[in-house]
Amino acid sequence: MDFDLSEEQRLLKESVDGLLADAYDFDARKKYMKEKGGWSKALWGKLAEQGLLGLPFAETDGGFGAGAVETMIVMEALGKALVVEPYLATVVVAGGFLRHGGSAEQKAKYIPGIIDGSKTFGFAQLEKNSRYDLFDVVTTAKKKGDGWVIDGEKFVVLNGENADTLVVTARTKGGQRDKAGIGVFLVPADAKGVTRKGYPTQDGLHAADITFTNVEVGADAAIGDPENGLPLIERVADEARIALCAEAVGAMDESLKETVEYIKTRKQFGVAIGSFQSLQHRAADMFVALEQARSMSMFATMASDFTDAKERSSAVAAAKVQVGKSLKFVGQQSIQLHGGIGMTMEAKIGHYFKRLTMIENTLGDTDYHLRRVSEGGGLLA
Amino acid sequence: MDLAFTKEEIAFREEVREFFKNNVPPETRRKLQEGRHLSKDEMVTWWRILNKKGWGVTHWPKEYGGTGWTTVQHYIFNEELQSYPAPQPLAFGVSMVGPVIYTFGNEKQKKEYLPRIASVDDWWCQGFSEPGSGSDLASLKTKAERRGDKWIINGQKTWTTLAQHADMIFCLCRTDNNAKKQMGISFIVFSMKSKGVTVRPIQTIDGGHEVNEVFFDDVEVPYENLIGEENKGWDYAKFLLGNERTGIARVGVSKERLRRIRALASKVESGGRPVIEDPAFREKLTACEIELKALELTQLRVVADEGKHGKGKPNPASSVLKIKGSEIQQTTTELLMEIIGPFAAPYDEHGDAGSNESMDWTAQIAPSYFNNRKVSIYGGSNEIQRNIISKAVLGL
Repeated sequence: MDFDLSEEQRLLKESVDGLLADAYDFDARKKYMKEKGGWSKALWGKLAEQGLLGLPFAETDGGFGAGAVETMIVMEALGKALVVEPYLATVVVAGGFLRHGGSAEQKAKYIPGIIDGSKTFGFAQLEKNSRYDLFDVVTTAKKKGDGWVIDGEKFVVLNGENADTLVVTARTKGGQRDKAGIGVFLVPADAKGVTRKGYPTQDGLHAADITFTNVEVGADAAIGDPENGLPLIERVADEARIALCAEAVGAMDESLKETVEYIKTRKQFGVAIGSFQSLQHRAADMFVALEQARSMSMFATMASDFTDAKERSSAVAAAKVQVGKSLKFVGQQSIQLHGGIGMTMEAKIGHYFKRLTMIENTLGDTDYHLRRVSEGGGLLA
Repeated sequence: MDLAFTKEEIAFREEVREFFKNNVPPETRRKLQEGRHLSKDEMVTWWRILNKKGWGVTHWPKEYGGTGWTTVQHYIFNEELQSYPAPQPLAFGVSMVGPVIYTFGNEKQKKEYLPRIASVDDWWCQGFSEPGSGSDLASLKTKAERRGDKWIINGQKTWTTLAQHADMIFCLCRTDNNAKKQMGISFIVFSMKSKGVTVRPIQTIDGGHEVNEVFFDDVEVPYENLIGEENKGWDYAKFLLGNERTGIARVGVSKERLRRIRALASKVESGGRPVIEDPAFREKLTACEIELKALELTQLRVVADEGKHGKGKPNPASSVLKIKGSEIQQTTTELLMEIIGPFAAPYDEHGDAGSNESMDWTAQIAPSYFNNRKVSIYGGSNEIQRNIISKAVLGL
């Protein structure tokens, strides 16, 4: 048992923290958000230069062969700096599908573009009625010759507006909520029949609703088994949830720091408001919530290597529950302790709150995951 | 980063489990599982079994009978002990006064007291809190006046846990009225059989008798019973309270109770189905399990940190353990109350008998719920823990 980072991991943390400290203060973020597409290609290039976009990929695929802990380190740093660039969609999710399900040809075709920063991805999964159930898929992929024809609508696809390639879940057989018969397909975003309607999201990212009308792709578009893709989807979704937990921990950590700093300096009644016990105890409770979330983020990170999928999913769901509860408390109380200034777009604190809130509702909220753990027989079993 | 135990640690855990399985008296285990009080005999019998195995004072230095285990081994031992469950060693002797004596006491005191703590020949109790000094402990008034080679002690202590069984007390006494309140306190130990010591039981809301008031009326104590230096008692008290902080989360206790909740909730019916099949109940139970898992990890992080940087200074993050640990313990007793519902009502004045045969196991559930309100009050109330976090961690 050991909670320490290795020497290499420590250096990674220093370098990513250092890079973001230099290039990603609140003003820089505002500037990046105004660039075309809503994020900075130049900053993305810097992440590529430092090797951050290639971290999880095997060395044989041109990456660094890093593990879940390295992703946790990066996501936590991205959370602290409120980074809007599409790391999750591109490196964690699309990268995850390629690493765990991609053929040698698919890896060779797509991974180099991720690593050098030239290509980004979107994960087209959510449907009008699917909510958080990954197996609830209406979009169809029908066999045509050697290839596939995709039809359907996907919503809130993060980075969907800017992505070069979309990773699309689609039903190859069975009914809407059948667990079998779901495939995962790589679809060029500019393919004929793909219509994207992009928009900014509450937390300053960008997403798109995407319609697929008779979109034809080749046989090589399918990742893994097109008739039994759910285990792969669940695995990658778990990795995305783990990454989101780490990002939330970073954002909470920084929220608490900002809040403590604020109540130390803000004066009312002639004293710093942080000298009042009701505020001190609130801040202490925020610290407790943060540390509980940090513990579960670590737990989930370790669980990503569990060989038993049920055990992994249960651990990750539990982490999402704890992080969801903590982020709501820390996020809301950060605003409360800031008072009026916390309500303004000008102050950074509200942006943490908004990102944290969106994290809770991504890939399953607190109640959803609590139900999953509960129906699976609990966590102690 | 690696959260798995090593092969050696897993083997150690097996050894500990095996020992408990073969050596904890079944009746003692059953009583603990059902939240009943143990008799003095039952506790002492078990502690002597532990001590014979060499596990009575595990964390003491080897020269005084300790084991030399790593922090992770200590963690595993405590966790297994709590979740078996078996009675934990008497904290007042083993975790509190023992370490003060071997750290600050003289050779004669070490020889005289330490072996008798380990063998449970002396049952110790703690004379800290007073009616007017709870969270503000340093305001205590119990007075020790020096007269020749004796101390004359007058005053009153309260919340003295299991003083009715005690042979010895370690006591914070005011020895200098003119100094700043923390600077005029001495740490004195003496026999509970001394003339002028009176113990009066306090019945708590669960109906039980765990705590007492202790009165000192011109109690004569040899001067040499002073531990360490005169007027340095506050330092020793802080040292004592900072020891063994990680045990305070009582993760093992809560784990055991959650297992019991699952078992009972599968047996007891409500609305024509086992309580466990009620989604609302099950989700509350699951939420508690998740909080506990998080706490277990938080505890391991504190343990690992202690292992690396040495014990020395208590880690202020351990206040998180106290707050969350007590909240979770209280939640588990609430869940038990929910399971039995209306059968929580029967009250048995004599405590451990249970009101009727078939519902015997319900007898202690309401008392245990009432009794567990104490855990967020004792050991530095949760409000004091929040003060510690806000000052020592957040710098407020």
